[in-house]
Amino acid sequence: MSEVTLTVNGVTHTVDVDPVTPLLYVLRNDLGLKGPRFGCGLGQCGACTVIVDGVATRSCMTRVARVQGAITTLEGLAKEGELHPVQQAWIDEQVPQCGFCQNGQILTAKALLDRNPNPTDTEIREGMSGALCRCMTYYRIQAAIKRVVGSLASGQSASVEEGVE
Amino acid sequence: MTIFTSIPRKLEEVLDARTPLASRRDFLKASGLIVVSVGAVAASVSPLVSAVEGDGAKGQGTGPYPDPDFRQLDSWIVIHGDNTATFYVGKTDCGQGTGTAFRQMMADELDIGYDSTSLVMGSTDVTPDQGGSGGSDAIQRDGWPMRRVAAEARRILLELASERLEAPVEELVVNDAVVSLRANPSRQVTYADLVGGQRFDVSLMGRNVNETTGVANVKPVEALRIVGQSPMRYDIPPKVDGSLTWAVDMTLPGMVHARNIKPPVAGGRLRSVEESSVRDLPGFIRVVRKGNYLAVVCEREEQAITAARRLKTNWEKPSSAPFPTSEELFSYMRAATPTSKFEPDPTGDPEAALAGAATVIEAEYDVPFQGHTAFGPAHALADPSNGQMTIYTNDMKSYGMRVGIAEFLGMPRDRVRVVWMEGSQAYGRTAADDAGFEAAFLAKEIGRPVRLQWMRDEETAWDTKGTAFTFALRGGLDSQGKLVAFDYNAQAADYNHVGYNEVETVLVSQLMGTRLETPNSGRAATPSAMYTIPHRREATQVVSLPMVWETPLRTGNLRDPNGPQVTFASESFIDELAAAGTVDPVAFRLGLLTASTDDDSGFKRARSIAVIRAAAEAYGWDTRPSPKARGEGTVVSGRGIAYAYRSETVVAEIAEVEVNRDTGHVWVKRLVCAHDCGLVINPEGLRRTIECGMLHSLSRALHEEVQFDNEKVTSVNWRSHPSLVHADTPAVIDVVLVNGDPNPDRSDLPPYGAGETVCKPLIAAVANAIFDATGVRLRRIPFRDERVLAELTAAAV
Ligand code: FES
Ligand code: FES
Repeated sequence: MSEVTLTVNGVTHTVDVDPVTPLLYVLRNDLGLKGPRFGCGLGQCGACTVIVDGVATRSCMTRVARVQGAITTLEGLAKEGELHPVQQAWIDEQVPQCGFCQNGQILTAKALLDRNPNPTDTEIREGMSGALCRCMTYYRIQAAIKRVVGSLASGQSASVEEGVE
Repeated sequence: MTIFTSIPRKLEEVLDARTPLASRRDFLKASGLIVVSVGAVAASVSPLVSAVEGDGAKGQGTGPYPDPDFRQLDSWIVIHGDNTATFYVGKTDCGQGTGTAFRQMMADELDIGYDSTSLVMGSTDVTPDQGGSGGSDAIQRDGWPMRRVAAEARRILLELASERLEAPVEELVVNDAVVSLRANPSRQVTYADLVGGQRFDVSLMGRNVNETTGVANVKPVEALRIVGQSPMRYDIPPKVDGSLTWAVDMTLPGMVHARNIKPPVAGGRLRSVEESSVRDLPGFIRVVRKGNYLAVVCEREEQAITAARRLKTNWEKPSSAPFPTSEELFSYMRAATPTSKFEPDPTGDPEAALAGAATVIEAEYDVPFQGHTAFGPAHALADPSNGQMTIYTNDMKSYGMRVGIAEFLGMPRDRVRVVWMEGSQAYGRTAADDAGFEAAFLAKEIGRPVRLQWMRDEETAWDTKGTAFTFALRGGLDSQGKLVAFDYNAQAADYNHVGYNEVETVLVSQLMGTRLETPNSGRAATPSAMYTIPHRREATQVVSLPMVWETPLRTGNLRDPNGPQVTFASESFIDELAAAGTVDPVAFRLGLLTASTDDDSGFKRARSIAVIRAAAEAYGWDTRPSPKARGEGTVVSGRGIAYAYRSETVVAEIAEVEVNRDTGHVWVKRLVCAHDCGLVINPEGLRRTIECGMLHSLSRALHEEVQFDNEKVTSVNWRSHPSLVHADTPAVIDVVLVNGDPNPDRSDLPPYGAGETVCKPLIAAVANAIFDATGVRLRRIPFRDERVLAELTAAAV
């Protein structure tokens, strides 16, 4: 065991864990942040996604002591009670079926839009491809992303940049 | 346009505060009185203020957990002091938004605003046993008692209001839980004024939960106001903002973590375990073994994962191969002696008709095992405190799990309760939920709450499987190209079909050595299409793999069990027949359907015609035979149709594909579904369920196949058992909701089970579209690039 310091959703935490512990279990079991979930532990599905310094990162494959940057989890996307535009679009489009994968979908989409606020359909399909959904909500996920892009273009909504640490 | 009414953002909090589980049980406990007299509503105020149970602060009480009495109105509906209502139903929502639909139906009958209601589902001690979920019958069957009890509550509230307002019921109107005098609306009383926070103490009738009823009638369709609208799903905001506590998130003080160690080969015998290999690992608590079931328990989750990986074990392989390899599967199945056969008398004389037909075609189709491969592997938390057992689970059939676990552990049923919480998609997987049994067993052994989760390779290898099929089909056309004979022969590798949380069939008890004397034999289904064919035979048989128990090739109900397989073969073959007669595929199907409506078959044919026409129209179908003249480009395109029934719901689906002749890659560019499930409760929710159900079958069409050598499953993760990805998504999906009832405006139009039917025809629609584009008929799924390319190459396309 050793002390590891993490900044998550703007709050600094020190935890006493084995430094090779995957970040996923520290977030869920030590910090009580349940947005990221176990789906495969292999980097193949996206269930465990968090954002580290703007990059969608698979916490199941990330050793806790290796994390350098500030971490954002699903719980940290909303600011001052306002949902992030991506989250709002997910509700407006009624995206989820079971919803179990949607942590990975939402955070992957947010990181994608932060990188590229105006993606083409192909860029959306390819940029999201590592985030699996076994309920197959892909069509509505893509519609929700286009909804965010559309609202950004027409200036109706807050910048997606807002949620970035 | 979409009609989304807003819902209170804090609904989950409202729900929690409203329904502390312990006080809910006390509330029900008091509810033993049979008080039929309407005026005699007892003044017992529900103890809403006692502490919220399940927060883990003090462990569970000791029980007992008696069954909520479905014949008591209080088991279903509580009116609160703030003029809102909570509904309690014995169902679970696997992600299709059925919870929202239940609220709509019950709110409509009760005459209360949707936003003023909340819903509790599937917890065995506080909601009446409606069996949980399965079979897409939530609305078709279980919605009826919900509607009737809500209608009865409204009737009683009106009688109470009539006394209070001193006016006959006929002179009263109800608007959003407020009763007023029609002639003088200022004279009013709210539901809360009448029974807020109190019990109704009214008994209901019915021999079983499905028949539960009071004396009130449900509303005619034309009087429904909330049904048919699309309020947003109440469960989506907390799923999107991260605030929902899922079954997988549940924690309790003193909780420990467990992981299983599965046999490395099917039927492996556990010879020895070297506990010393993990004893010194940090957090190690115990290795638990019974028969061939093996698990390790540690303080922390990652410790349990590490210990399960490091534990040294010694397994003995079975003396003979448990199954053929996946490559050999279909030839094995064709040669196997059936364990059961079903050969009903044919219609007409198919052999004579085939002998006399102008054209006879024959074809064989194959469908491999396909996994449930839930996105979230199996998981549960079991709390053994104070001599009771509580299991927190996403088991879709929580009531069956309770019975199964009580029997498994030898505990009285009323000391066991199962709390259903949201989880990863179920689709039949959690009808036989191994993890709940395992967590309960381990918790009892350890004496502490145990949280267990399967690993990815464990889930993908050992979950229940959709049945593998082989089909042999023959069809005969007369000289006009009309179908005169149809001979269908299906074989399913479905011997020892896993039951619903049965203590004898759940995997953990198999591994512990429990056996049913005679396995539950599954079945092979027959086509659902309502074609009129003068000479027809449909024979089915079940075959067994060599190993019956302790095998990862165990079949269970996978979303519309058998439908996608059977419809792939039958609706592809209908397309082959249409092509053989050089007839347009839509016209060929319509030619086999007539619109008489004098019996159930006629009723079904009329609705079949309606959806096929609606799909063709929505797509912009160009009438011509398949295949179309193939272009010379690298990418060729085509369209295909298929249709199917499940129960009383009928769908027709059209796929438009692009096939890359150089790579064999298939992209389904557009999908159309015409869908008729009678009365639609929530159109926007239904649309999404249809889209996702079609894409699930698309994943099965393009990607999914369980692969195995002759001792173990070798497709164990998302690389080796791939699934649909974002890049496969169609550019356009059109859903047309059809009401093809011959009397569409009837007041008693029923809702039929909507979800699973859409899974049936999709694979055939894609295969038919690929044929239209390339002239190549694919008779085995999945249509992975390499298989398609090999077929195209063989056909010189
Ligand atoms: S759980 Fe991390 S990618 Fe699947
Ligand atoms: S919504 Fe269920 S796995 Fe994606």
